[in-house]
Amino acid sequence: MFEVIETNARFLLIGSYPNGPLGGLALTLILSLLGLALAFPLGLMLALCRVAPFAVLRIVSGIFVYVMRGIPLVMLIFWSYFLVPRLTGHAVSAFTALLVTLVLYQSAYLCEVIRAGIDALPKGQFEASRSLGMTYGQTIRMVILPQSLFNMLPSLLGQFVGLVKDTSIGYVISVNELTFSAQQINNSLLTRPFEVFFLLALTYFVVCFSLTAGVNFLERRISRKSVPTNAALEVVNASAV
Amino acid sequence: MYLDLNFDALLAQPFFDELVHGAQFSLALFAACWVLAVGLGILLAVVRISGLPFAERAVAIYVSYQRNVPMLAHLFLWYFGISTLLPADVQSWIGLHGGEFIFSTIAIGLYMAAYFSEDIRSGLRSVPGGQTEAARSLGMGFLTSIRYVVLPQAINISLPTFTNHTIVLFKNTSLAMALGAAEMTYAVREVENETFLTYETYIVATVFYLAISLLLMAAGAVAAKRVRLPGH
Repeated sequence: MFEVIETNARFLLIGSYPNGPLGGLALTLILSLLGLALAFPLGLMLALCRVAPFAVLRIVSGIFVYVMRGIPLVMLIFWSYFLVPRLTGHAVSAFTALLVTLVLYQSAYLCEVIRAGIDALPKGQFEASRSLGMTYGQTIRMVILPQSLFNMLPSLLGQFVGLVKDTSIGYVISVNELTFSAQQINNSLLTRPFEVFFLLALTYFVVCFSLTAGVNFLERRISRKSVPTNAALEVVNASAV
Repeated sequence: MYLDLNFDALLAQPFFDELVHGAQFSLALFAACWVLAVGLGILLAVVRISGLPFAERAVAIYVSYQRNVPMLAHLFLWYFGISTLLPADVQSWIGLHGGEFIFSTIAIGLYMAAYFSEDIRSGLRSVPGGQTEAARSLGMGFLTSIRYVVLPQAINISLPTFTNHTIVLFKNTSLAMALGAAEMTYAVREVENETFLTYETYIVATVFYLAISLLLMAAGAVAAKRVRLPGH
């Protein structure tokens, strides 16, 4: 076990960098952070469409969310790896295809988290702000979002754990993130599959468990401060994969 | 973008049979995983409120381990790793009886059991304590009160998350392709390699997954409406 760790830790953490492409855990984390940074604005936009006063926006965003939630991530990745080059006319790397897919997929789940946060706010907040003469946009921006986003922080971070786990699917299109690196190590060692995959599971566990612990800490802090209930948030917080 | 779709080739043999078998494999895997996950999930949730500190701690660690490691890593660990630690007799028996199916069922079932147990646990927590007390004071034992009074209410309350996780479980069966299990995604890749009908094959798989997922969402919504308890 320790032998396997000693000889392969570096590869598992950063791939063959600096003599080759960056990979392993480093790439997993980069993918997750980029994914969250891009998926959050998109998810927020979708959520605002889902609660918008225009039926067209509600229907279109609703269909997008249902489709994203109804198709396995693997299938979406195959689609984008195949379709994105056709639509843009440029060949895309597996990394780009994976990132695009993760962003679209996660934005649908983030949208549901944010929408639940907005729904969990008492209706009076919206009505009071409108009756004070604020426009719809001002109400959303200055009254609804600041409160609901604050309450949502734990769920949003929880979604990030889901994103870290989702990056492992890059394996199927050979993005050399953590899972793919472990498979490569296993293929070169051949005789130590249990050790290699146990180490893989352990690495994910350490990363995701630390994040989960952070989420729980935030949850305790926030539930002491916030007024409205978080019960509605728990219902949709069904992270994927 | 002009598309000239040719589904006729997919209706011809042997591709049609390959796709049908893929769909059957996916559904069988889904059913097996669901039974394992829900059964174990209920058991774990009940142990979690049993009041035995050691057992509660063990379940908490189990749930935390399952939820903080990706599905794919679980699948690899079971199929490539843990399988090699089994006695030779067991290994060859599993090899003869479809190891991909067996280990996918174990990995996905155990993984989703952690999620189901958390759903049921949060349902159990929202059943008022008076319910247990009333049941116990009527002379029911711990298990009887759980079985007939608390658990039915808890499952009703947690139905929405339960439905969500059932869909997630169904979608996760597609990852069994990484072990070479001949489920829908795998079958579609095979047929695509042989026919080069990428759009058509992907559309077939997408419609399959979407249809089943929407069906499960609808079933969940109907169930939630039918079993709604007074006061919830």
